[in-house]
Amino acid sequence: MTVLFGIFLLTLLVITAVGIVRSENLFAAVMLSGIFSLLMAANFFILDAADVALTEAAVGAGISTVLLLGALALTPIQERRNRAGRWVALGVVTVTTLMVVYATFEKPRLGDPQAPVHQHVAPWYLEQTPELVGIPNVVTAVLGTFRGYDTLGEVIVVLTAGVGVLFLLGLPGAVGHRKREELASGRSYLGHHLIPQVVGQLLIPFILLFALYVQFHGEYGPGGGFQAGAIFAAGFILYALIAGEREALTIISPRFLMVLMAGGALLYGGVGILCLLLGGSFLDYSVLASDPRTGQQWGILAIELGVGISVAGVLLAIYHAFAARGR
Amino acid sequence: MAFWIDLLSFVLLVGGGVFVLIGGIGVLRMPDLYTRMHATGLTDTMGTLLVLGGVMLQAGLSLATIKLAAIAIFLLLTGPTASYALSNAALLSGLRPKAEWLEPGSDR
Repeated sequence: MTVLFGIFLLTLLVITAVGIVRSENLFAAVMLSGIFSLLMAANFFILDAADVALTEAAVGAGISTVLLLGALALTPIQERRNRAGRWVALGVVTVTTLMVVYATFEKPRLGDPQAPVHQHVAPWYLEQTPELVGIPNVVTAVLGTFRGYDTLGEVIVVLTAGVGVLFLLGLPGAVGHRKREELASGRSYLGHHLIPQVVGQLLIPFILLFALYVQFHGEYGPGGGFQAGAIFAAGFILYALIAGEREALTIISPRFLMVLMAGGALLYGGVGILCLLLGGSFLDYSVLASDPRTGQQWGILAIELGVGISVAGVLLAIYHAFAARGR
Repeated sequence: MAFWIDLLSFVLLVGGGVFVLIGGIGVLRMPDLYTRMHATGLTDTMGTLLVLGGVMLQAGLSLATIKLAAIAIFLLLTGPTASYALSNAALLSGLRPKAEWLEPGSDR
């Protein structure tokens, strides 16, 4: 049954991808890419990767679509015709496809216990997590403590992306020469529609509550800082759509957004430094409390909070950078 | 008792599936955006609600049922709102319903 679902979803995925490539209307392409992410999330879910599915749904289908739409407000809606270099592109795609198809010949069957991925470090993580960390969700343990360096790197990548976008587009009131007061007050995308306004105001508290649940429940179920940050940003983007850009930037000021962006990453790095000062090694949370396992759990909570703050700050800053410019 | 619950949930699931199917056919067959949205409205509300109801009966009184109910309430709130926002945006951007162009009394 799972195989049937998988074939169905992957077929839809290929159809969507072809649709994205063939579509000359960029708006339709953005919508299709949102559908692509949603199908991808469903695929991850039937492969039992609930954490990845949640991330893909929140970031890929949710925030990315909104950011691409924001970027589309600055560009023409039709793709420019470009006939040059089509044969080169076709050649590159063909060669890459053949290489990927060739690589699948040696691929182990799905779920094969003899596959290298199940023989390498994965069994060690599964065995040691209850003993060393003591939390039920092994994914969070791997992400937060065993592979803490990688996750720190990911947060820095997110932060760098945000800084890059802000350098290019500016954020009124924080980066660039435009003042926040110049944004027209009261103008908003949905401001004059009563029904979306009422329903949106009804939903925003629950969206933020759900973000907090995903943030702090990551040790027990699917979730964590990346997903929670994206959901939190989605809640505030909804508020910006309803109440207007200027009102949203009054609640979370552009300067405070900068503080959030950098502060999350700093909190993550600071936990690492604290571990060093307490006599452990960098990002080894065992020294944070008298019991090593409690220390690990505190450390994971703290760094996940840092990830969530940083991701929410970066996504909101990028959204506002696009939305404030598109008028 | 278990048989009747299964039967009811079967009826709800099949009913939901039929509504989704009708919505899909409607999107393909209807002439313009507004009538197509009318068709997808069936999928959004009746289709999903009936399927969720059927799944809720299968889950019994458990945490899963409460989660499904929360999803149902969320969809009941957001689905019609999204439809409204979409049709309103289409109307404001100048897309007219096709039905207006038909002559009164024409047999189409």
